[in-house]
Amino acid sequence: MKIKKKFDALMRKKERALITYICAGDPTAEKTVEIVDALVKGGVDMIELGLPFSDPIADGATIQAAIDRALTSGMNPDKFFRLVGSMNVAVPLIVMTYYNIIFRRGVERFVSDCKSAGITGIIVPDLPVEESEELHQCCQDSEIDLIFLVAPTTTEERINLILSKASGFLYLVSRLGVTGMREDVATSTRELLKRTKAPIPKAVGFGISKPGHVKKILEAGADGVIVGSAFVNIIAKNEPKMLEDLAGLAATLKSATK
Amino acid sequence: MEKTFGRYGGQFVPEVLMPALEELAEGYERYKNESTFIAELRHYLEDFGGRPTPLYYARRLSEQFDKRIYLKREDLVHGGAHKLNNTMGQALLAKYMGKRRIIAETGAGQHGTATAMAGAVLGLKTVIYMGAKDVERQKMNVFRMKLLGAEVIPVKSGSRTLKDAINEALRDWVTNVGDTYYLIGSVVGPHPYPTIVRDFQSVIGHETREQILEKEGGLPDSIVACAGGGSNAMGIFYPFLKDDVALFAVEAGGKGLKKTEKVAYHSASLCAGEEGILHGARTKILQNEYGQILESHSIAPGLDYSGVGPELARLVDIGRVKARNISDGEAVDAFHLLSRLEGIVPALESAHAIAYVQKAEDVGRLVIINLSGRGDKDVEIVAGLR
Ligand SMILES: Cc1ncc(COP(=O)(O)O)c(C=O)c1O
Repeated sequence: MKIKKKFDALMRKKERALITYICAGDPTAEKTVEIVDALVKGGVDMIELGLPFSDPIADGATIQAAIDRALTSGMNPDKFFRLVGSMNVAVPLIVMTYYNIIFRRGVERFVSDCKSAGITGIIVPDLPVEESEELHQCCQDSEIDLIFLVAPTTTEERINLILSKASGFLYLVSRLGVTGMREDVATSTRELLKRTKAPIPKAVGFGISKPGHVKKILEAGADGVIVGSAFVNIIAKNEPKMLEDLAGLAATLKSATK
Repeated sequence: MEKTFGRYGGQFVPEVLMPALEELAEGYERYKNESTFIAELRHYLEDFGGRPTPLYYARRLSEQFDKRIYLKREDLVHGGAHKLNNTMGQALLAKYMGKRRIIAETGAGQHGTATAMAGAVLGLKTVIYMGAKDVERQKMNVFRMKLLGAEVIPVKSGSRTLKDAINEALRDWVTNVGDTYYLIGSVVGPHPYPTIVRDFQSVIGHETREQILEKEGGLPDSIVACAGGGSNAMGIFYPFLKDDVALFAVEAGGKGLKKTEKVAYHSASLCAGEEGILHGARTKILQNEYGQILESHSIAPGLDYSGVGPELARLVDIGRVKARNISDGEAVDAFHLLSRLEGIVPALESAHAIAYVQKAEDVGRLVIINLSGRGDKDVEIVAGLR
């Protein structure tokens, strides 16, 4: 499903988007299918699927550990695309990976594999807009959204440069730092939301884990929130009630977006 | 300043860091030609660091190898390696740019130590990231860094070695980018680091050039340097790039140029690596078929890295620099040889360059070897082999 279509549908219902991150293959490929299913049942609007890379510089300890588990379980790009291609998911799927994985597979091949597997967006945290020419071109040709990050340090000038290439939504990094849960909502998040004028939806990620955070960020003008580590923490425990807990957290957070 | 070297280089970093890299490039452009900066750096390199270092004619080694061999004595720089040329330059730049905190990665602890020295003398708060495995292996250097007032943070993620220490330093920088300067240890990383580090290390080549002209009345046939990230090699090569002088970068061949899905038995990114993106730059790296970075190996801790500087990769591609590799065993033999023949215990890293000159047939007669460091730090490793 296209990301824009989802945002349009949410808008009509006067809802905002709950986007969740999990790492494919954590703890196993089979479980990933069940996890995605549970998240959708819980009401998430879009899913970011991590395709693990050995050296994830933008991720904090929680997601690093998830990536390690996924690599240990044998996840790789071949298996990833087979897995995603076999799933039938009612919400947009976005792949999140680091650029070497894409570069190594071949940019064109990677994008065409995404297309075949039904993936509608790509996020690459170590690919700034200046280096994105080739991937951007391929994504445009395949009608896949290339989603860019905007950080509290990003200047107005850079935001405009980024907007000239971005589609799907703009990923606003809530604060300086890596992924991982935080206790509060930073003032930098509000400022960033305020000064970022974008013709596409704005979703805020990094550090969000509670309904209270979600409410505050949406009140500050975001069109969606991205929650990763809070879900990954549940997966890390790998308890018998994991799927229930995931769906439960999704439902709780989702209700904060309505 | 160019952002790329042919197809290599660039800036593959999180958006958060892009403005910081821009600020760094601007800061460097601004201060590198400013007379107070130049004078202050010179003061520290000379009176604190011990420069210029001698170009020493190694008579007994020359007789043994049947060549005329000079050693560029970077082992005599304060701290025992060429590392201080870079850390002093960057730490001073950090200070001029108004940063109060410097962070660095270290593998064996050489760069960490040189950073801690520069941080101490300039009064900057210094934090060193070091793989937990390396913290275990290099207790002496950890203690040295702490003595020098640096905080050493063991990195427990990934393979718990140098590449993970770089990852963690980058994560720190992403978090504290406002007041923190990331002081990278070699000609690697995103633009403008490869250029900055090469420039600061070029003092080696500039001195060498003057010294060889004075001693021999001409240029050498070749210059040989070991290459991990490539900073001592780029430093001595750079002022000779346009000359008719053969340049050899000698990598760690480790236990042979083999690899598995997860590890390489060597660190020879120039000889056996493939194009990819690591730590912010497009370069030659050790990776598996899916692009996962391989853990590297070398008996020389300072060569044990899965990537190499983008400019060096480019120079190898266009044939200006020749990449070679030397095994762990050959390096250890050269370590012993230089110690006994010349009374100089070389760093195991530098021993790779010596070992290559011993067996090479393509280096000519008048050869300069960059003796990038002294081997005091390695005596335990070598003693442990007995
Ligand atoms: C003595 C010595 N030589 C060489 C190196 C390798 O680094 P580079 O290739 O950047 O000179 C190191 C790194 O720690 C070192 O300590």
